[in-house]
Amino acid sequence: MIIRGALVAIPAWNEEGSIADVIAKVREHRPDADILVVNDGSSDSTAEVARAAGATVVSLPFNVGVGGAMRTAFLHAQRGGYQAMVQVDADGQHDPADLDRVLDGLADADVVVGTRFHPDSMYFVGGPRRWAMVLLSKSLSRMNKGKISDPTSGFRSAGPKAIALFAVDYPADYLGDTVGSLAIAIRNGLVIKETPVTMYFRQAGRPSKNAIWSALYLGRATLAIVATATRSRKTPKGDAA
Amino acid sequence: MTANILAGITAVVTFLFVLSMLRKGALREKYAVLWLFFSFVALVFALIPDSLNWVATKVGVAYPVNLVFFVLAVLLVLVSVQLSHELSRHEARIRRLAEEVALLHEEIRELRENRDE
Repeated sequence: MIIRGALVAIPAWNEEGSIADVIAKVREHRPDADILVVNDGSSDSTAEVARAAGATVVSLPFNVGVGGAMRTAFLHAQRGGYQAMVQVDADGQHDPADLDRVLDGLADADVVVGTRFHPDSMYFVGGPRRWAMVLLSKSLSRMNKGKISDPTSGFRSAGPKAIALFAVDYPADYLGDTVGSLAIAIRNGLVIKETPVTMYFRQAGRPSKNAIWSALYLGRATLAIVATATRSRKTPKGDAA
Repeated sequence: MTANILAGITAVVTFLFVLSMLRKGALREKYAVLWLFFSFVALVFALIPDSLNWVATKVGVAYPVNLVFFVLAVLLVLVSVQLSHELSRHEARIRRLAEEVALLHEEIRELRENRDE
C-alpha cells in the first residue's frame, strides 16, 4: 500500500459560502497535505466550489450527519494509506494556522483534540450548555485517565491506529461524532491528548440554545458515553500502544 | 356471544388481510408468520370461548379477558422493540452504503478523468 502523509478532512453541508476560503487557508498552512471535502448531501454548489478550489470531493447521496461524513473520510484515509487525518470544520470556525499543532501532537498520541478552553481563548459558553460540557469533560477525562477539557471540539486529528478504528466504528448519532468517538477511542486503548486552538464564532445566525435544548443535549451526550463505555472492545486488549 | 362474533370476524379479517399482503409481496414471511399466528390464536379463542377460560384458569388469572389484554400488551411491546431494532440496523446499513457509494463515485470520476487525458 502507498504510504501518504496527512489528509485534511472537511465535512461540509451547504457551505458554498465559506468552503473555498477554508480550503485556501488549509493549503496555505499545510501545502503538503491532501484535502478531502466530504459533501454531506448539500443542496447548494458546495461540491463544485470545493472541487474548483482544488480539493478532492466525495459526495454522499443524501445527508447522513457529521458522524457519517467523518466515517467516509476515515474510510478514504485508511484505503489511501494516510498516516494522519485532521478534521476541520467547513464554516471557518477553526483556524488552519493551528493545523501544525494539532497534527504534531500525533507524535505521541493516537488522537489529538484541539481544545477551545485555555487561558488565551476567546471562546466562552455559559449556562446549562456549559454544565453539560463540564460534565462530559469530567467523565471522559476520568475514562481517559488524562484531561480532555473540550470533548465536543470538532478540530482534531487521528493517527494510523485511530484511522483504522474509526473507519469501521464511528458513531453517526448526534454528539456521537465528537463525544462518542472519544469514548470509543478510550475503550480501545488509544492515547488521547489535547492542544489549545483558536475558535472563531460562526458569523451566520444559529438557532438559540434554550434550557430544554441544553437538557436534551446533556441527556443525549450522557447516553452516548454510557453506550460506548459499556460496549465491548473491537480490538484485543493487548493491542494498545 | 356478540363479542365473540366480533372478535372472530376481526381475527378472520386480519388473517386474510395479512395473507393478501403476503401474496402481493408487500410483507415478508418472517413478519407475516407472526401476525398470522396472532390472528389464528384470536380466532380459536373467539370460536371456542372455553379454551380461553381453560388457559386463564391454568395460569391463575381470574378474568380471562385480562389475560388477553396482558398477553396482547406484552406481545405488542416486544414486536415494537424488535421493529425498532430492525429499523436501526437498516439505517446503519443504508448509511454505510451511502458512504461506499460516495467513495466509489469519486474513484470512478478520477479514473475517467485520467483515462480522458
